[in-house]
Amino acid sequence: MNTIRFEEVSKGFPGMEHPALYPTSLSIEAGSFVTVLGSSGSGKTTLLKLINRLYQPDSGKIRVHGEDISKAAATCLRRKIGYVIQHIGLFQHLTIAHNIAIVPEILKWPKAKIALRVDELLELVGLEPGQYRDRYPRQLSGGQQQRVGLARALAGDPGILLMDEPFGALDALIREKLQDELLAIQHRLKKTVVFVTHDVQEALRLGDQAIIMHQGRVQQFDTPLHILASPANEFVSRLLSAEDPYRRFALMQAGTLASPIPGGMAQQAHSGVPVIRDTQTLNDALKALLQAPSDYILVENAERSLLGRLTLDALKQQARLHAPHQAEREDRALC
Amino acid sequence: MLSLLPVPLSELLAATVEHIDLCLVSLALACGVAFPLGVWLARKPKLSDPMLTALGALYTIPSLAMLAILVPLLGLGRGSAIVALVLYAQFILLHSVILGMQSVDRASIEAAQGLGLSPLRIFTLVEAPMAMPVWISGLRHATLSTLSIATTAAWIHAGGLGTLIFEGLSQNNTGKILAGAVLISALALCFDTLLKAVENEAAVIAAGQAS
Repeated sequence: MNTIRFEEVSKGFPGMEHPALYPTSLSIEAGSFVTVLGSSGSGKTTLLKLINRLYQPDSGKIRVHGEDISKAAATCLRRKIGYVIQHIGLFQHLTIAHNIAIVPEILKWPKAKIALRVDELLELVGLEPGQYRDRYPRQLSGGQQQRVGLARALAGDPGILLMDEPFGALDALIREKLQDELLAIQHRLKKTVVFVTHDVQEALRLGDQAIIMHQGRVQQFDTPLHILASPANEFVSRLLSAEDPYRRFALMQAGTLASPIPGGMAQQAHSGVPVIRDTQTLNDALKALLQAPSDYILVENAERSLLGRLTLDALKQQARLHAPHQAEREDRALC
Repeated sequence: MLSLLPVPLSELLAATVEHIDLCLVSLALACGVAFPLGVWLARKPKLSDPMLTALGALYTIPSLAMLAILVPLLGLGRGSAIVALVLYAQFILLHSVILGMQSVDRASIEAAQGLGLSPLRIFTLVEAPMAMPVWISGLRHATLSTLSIATTAAWIHAGGLGTLIFEGLSQNNTGKILAGAVLISALALCFDTLLKAVENEAAVIAAGQAS
C-alpha cells in the first residue's frame, strides 16, 4: 500500500532560477524506510517539507494515506506525521518529559496516559526515564538531545516519520550508534520513514530504498543494492563512485552477499573461520577474508545467529560488475 | 526632624505618587501598543525597519521640545504628558519586542510547526517564554527612561516630582531641587532592581531551569 504519493508535484522559490523540485511523481510504501540522498540544493529537503506542508506545492497533488493533503488542516496533518530536524529544536525552557508530551497534550490525552507514554518513549530511545524525565535539554549531550527529538516526534504515534539530516551534526561514532538504534526502532514500530541525508554511506546503510536527487530531479529511486549494481546515469555513478570496487564495497553490507552454507559442511569445520556482522561493510569482509585460513567467512545477524557464508569468489564477482563500463571508457580514450 | 525638610512630607508623598501614577499609566498604554504591534512586525522586516528608524528619530527630540510641540495640539496637563511619554517609550519597547521575537531559536519554531502546533500555541508555548527576558529588559529600560522624562512633564502642569525641581529653580530653593532629584533617583533605583530581578528569573526559565 502507498502511504505517500506525489503526483506531478513541483515547487519553486522566488528569486531562484530553477525550481527546487521539477514535476515529480513517486510513491512510498507503508512501513518502508526511504532515504533521500543529494547535495545541498538538490531538492531533497523541499521534497520532505512538502509532505507535512511546511512548503506548499506550486502544482500537483500529494496524497498521504490516500487523502489529498491540501484538503486537510496543516496542523491536523502534522500531528499524524513525526518530524525530526538536524538542529533538533528542543524547547529549552521545558523539561524533557514536557518536550515529549507536547503532541499528546494537544491531543488531550489524560495525564496518566501521557506520563506512561513519556516513560515508554524514553526507554525506547535508550534514556533511563527516572534519570532524564525532569532534566532540561541544556543538560543533555547532542546525541541525547536528538534521542529526545525522536521521542517527541513519535509521541502521538504517527504512522509516518520525516527526518531531515537528523544525525548530521553528531560525531561519527554517535551517529553510527543512533543509526543502528533507529533501524531497530523502525523494525519494531514499522513506521514509514523518509530520511533526508547528504551522506552516501548513511543513505545506503539505512534505506530499504533510496531516492537520489540532483538539481531538483529524482535521478534514481531503488533499493541500495540495485542502485549500486546499476546506477541510472552518470551522476549517480559518480556520486557513488560505483566504478571503483573498493569504494563500492565501503557502501555495501556483508549481509547482501551472504550465501547459504552448503549442507555437506560439518559445523566443526568452521572453527577458526572469522565471523562478521551482516551490517559491516564489504571492505570489512574483504579484510577478514584476507586474514582467514579459509576462502570464506561467516556472517551473523544482531541476534548472533548465522545467516550464511561470504566467499572470496562472491566478492570478486561483485568487483567485476562494472567492468564493461570501464572497458567502454578505455575504448573511447583510445579513439 | 521633619521641619528640616524643604517641603512638607505630605507634599513629597503626593508628588511621588503622582509621578509613579503618570509613569505607570504611560507605560501600560505604551505596552498595550508596542506588544501586539511588535509581535506582528517581527515577521515583517520590510515594515519594521523603517518604523524603528522613524521612532528612533522621534526618540532623539529633546523632551522639552516635544512637550512644546504637543501643548498647542492637546493643551496643558496630563494628557499631553502621557502622549509624549508613550511616544518615547514606544521606540525602546517596540525595538525589544521585535528583537525578542527574532531571538527565538528558529529550529524550535520549525520543530513546533512540524509537531502540528497552531500559530497561537507556538506563540504562547515557544516564542513568548523564549523572548521574555529580552522583553522584560526592554520594559526595564523603558521604565527608567519614562521615570526620567516624566520630570519635564511638570513644566506643562502634569504634576509629579518635576514640580519640586521646577519650583526649586524658580524660587532659588536648592533643598527643593535636591528633594525632587533624590526621590526620582530613588524611584529609578527601586524599579530597576525590581525589574532586573524579574528579568533574571525570566532568563533562567527561558534557558531551562537548573544550571
